[in-house]
Amino acid sequence: MSVLRLLLSVLVVANVVSALAVVQARHEHRQLFVQLSRLERSRDELNIEFGRLQLEQATWSESNRIDQVARDRLGMKFPEGAETVVIRP
Amino acid sequence: MNGASRNSRGGTGRNGPGRNGQGRSGPLDAVLALRDKFGGGDRGNKNRGRASYNLRNRLILVGGALGLCSIALVGRALDLQVISNDFYRQQGDARSLREIPIPTSRGMITDRNGEPLAVSTPVESIWANPQELLKNPVRIPQLAKALGVSPDALTRKLSQRSGKEFVYLKRRINPDEAKRILAEKIPGVFSQREFRRFYPQGEAMSHILGFTNIDDLGQEGLELAFDDWLRGKPGAKRVIRDGAGRIVESVDLVKAAEPGRDLTLTIDRRIQFLAMRELRAALERTGASSGSTVVLDIATGEVLAMANLPTYNPNAVGVGNPDTHRNRAVTDVIEPGSTMKPLTVASALEAGVITSHTKFDTNPGWMPNGKYRTTDHHNYGVLDTTGVITKSSNVGAAKIVAKVPNQTYYEFLKRFGYGHKTNSGFPGESSGVLAPPSRWSGTTKQTMSYGYGLSATPLQIAQAYAALGNGGKLIAPTFVKGERHEPVQVLDPAIAGTIMRMMQTVTEPGGTATQAAILGYHVAGKTGTARKFNEFGGYSRRYVSFFAGVVPVNNPRFSMVVVINDPDPAKGYFGGFVSGPVFKSVMEGSLRLMDVAPDDIDTWMAAQAAAEAKRTKASGKPSGVVLPAPTHASAALPSPVGMVTPPGGAR
Repeated sequence: MSVLRLLLSVLVVANVVSALAVVQARHEHRQLFVQLSRLERSRDELNIEFGRLQLEQATWSESNRIDQVARDRLGMKFPEGAETVVIRP
Repeated sequence: MNGASRNSRGGTGRNGPGRNGQGRSGPLDAVLALRDKFGGGDRGNKNRGRASYNLRNRLILVGGALGLCSIALVGRALDLQVISNDFYRQQGDARSLREIPIPTSRGMITDRNGEPLAVSTPVESIWANPQELLKNPVRIPQLAKALGVSPDALTRKLSQRSGKEFVYLKRRINPDEAKRILAEKIPGVFSQREFRRFYPQGEAMSHILGFTNIDDLGQEGLELAFDDWLRGKPGAKRVIRDGAGRIVESVDLVKAAEPGRDLTLTIDRRIQFLAMRELRAALERTGASSGSTVVLDIATGEVLAMANLPTYNPNAVGVGNPDTHRNRAVTDVIEPGSTMKPLTVASALEAGVITSHTKFDTNPGWMPNGKYRTTDHHNYGVLDTTGVITKSSNVGAAKIVAKVPNQTYYEFLKRFGYGHKTNSGFPGESSGVLAPPSRWSGTTKQTMSYGYGLSATPLQIAQAYAALGNGGKLIAPTFVKGERHEPVQVLDPAIAGTIMRMMQTVTEPGGTATQAAILGYHVAGKTGTARKFNEFGGYSRRYVSFFAGVVPVNNPRFSMVVVINDPDPAKGYFGGFVSGPVFKSVMEGSLRLMDVAPDDIDTWMAAQAAAEAKRTKASGKPSGVVLPAPTHASAALPSPVGMVTPPGGAR
């Protein structure tokens, strides 16, 4: 009889403990999920920023623009045939 | 009256054992009943006996009824919550559990050096719940102002959809702008992330890349051909949402999102830009209606550049004419004109019916061809095989092909890729037309020898010329870096070399395309001028001008075809004049960009010496450096490598 009673009390205690553990785990999970979402969001933000910077860089380095800047702003031009020195190796 | 009726009922109705024992006479019974009613000594006793007897029964009755009710309730609760709980669990889940998609972006397309050509970047789409929004009509003008539309139009749009729960207000806008609109905190206005494709190179690449639709699916060009590769697979996750739609908890990941894979093309952005710029300049110079050019890497079959005009802006598809969306270099077939002559000569050399020194009498500059004539531009008199190529003599080509059997000639052209798709994988690629000998009429072979009566795409011509430059090994063109097609030996390397040397004379003094010569390099090429069909089935006075060539001759690297369609005949229409300069400018730049060693230094040195001599004579004093003496303030600027400051301002 006392063995059964002991078993019962152990089970009751175990039940309560596991219930508390479930609550704890659930809580932790939620907190971690909030953190995960936050990190994911910041990752996305960084990706967005990177993509935009890449686009911006590509736009600035558009060949037409470089050609124009080199000619108009920097006053460069393509060397004519006579302005090239040919060196025999 | 009242009492008597109660008494009589009591007497007859309640005839318990106690009363029956006493009630021997009717009057006594009535007295007892009266005493019972109006109070007496033994009233309490009688009441107690009756109450204990009734209470038990009543309790049992009431308790039983209540017990049954609770059993029913518990049973029902057990049934709902434990045994058959599916229905309500589903209903509950349907109200809180949601499977939401995880958006993913399309892969990036880069050129061979990793420069981005097509990039997907997230944008926001503003949407609203009209039902919620219409509850606060006061806020609508504020929203309209933020969106930049008129309040009336917005109200109309919303009331038209007042029964709906979703309407896009503004799609695909800058995230900053979306943030600004959401900052107004108008109830019922939300934003949703979408991806939009940007093409930083704009018009220059639009034909190769194609474009995507609003759902990010490839519609044309390589975006379509590699749609499966580029497209990511959106994932899904299951979440619990509260009544306000906020995500409370993520239950599980149903499917992980797979982002699209990147695609590296064989295109070189710089060569592509050069090709586009020079083609545009040529179209302006000659008043032509359209043009295409293709640059192939000879050793690998890689497409280094492919430009077409007119073009369109891939960042704003739907604005322009859909006719400009065609990648003419791949989809449009043209009669290749004189660019066929090197192949005609090669087939005759391979068949062993001529040698490079065989003489052909092209007098008097024409010969009959059925009802028509095959004519030359001039009467070239007697030409050897090389001369036929150099001068581009139609009569010479006709005389050469007359010695080649029909089937041999047909098989030869077929081996060089004419009449079937190049296997480049570009969507909508045309196969061209090459009729089998069974369908030839008496004059077909003769006209084919100088490029009429069959048709090909510019890409096919470039492929055939690349094979000539590659020692007779034909490689199917490819747009994707790392993809290699197996080379096929279609011509004896010695014959290919002979043809190259013959084509070299075309760009040398006396040839038809001296405009295509590049200082420091030997150029092998062939001009072409084909007359276009008119609507009556005959040939009109409108032309297509070609130049197809290979550089450098000694170690061929690039094969390039320039096709300029319908140049203004008043401004000139010969292939060498119209298309040659495009070839020269683009190839000059490409040779420099790809670090190809010059194979003709002697000419270069000679040209330099001549220029030196001229300058010395003009200025009267020898100049040690080739850079001209500074004559102007801008020359004091530091000159970066490869570029020099102009003595007289920008060119």
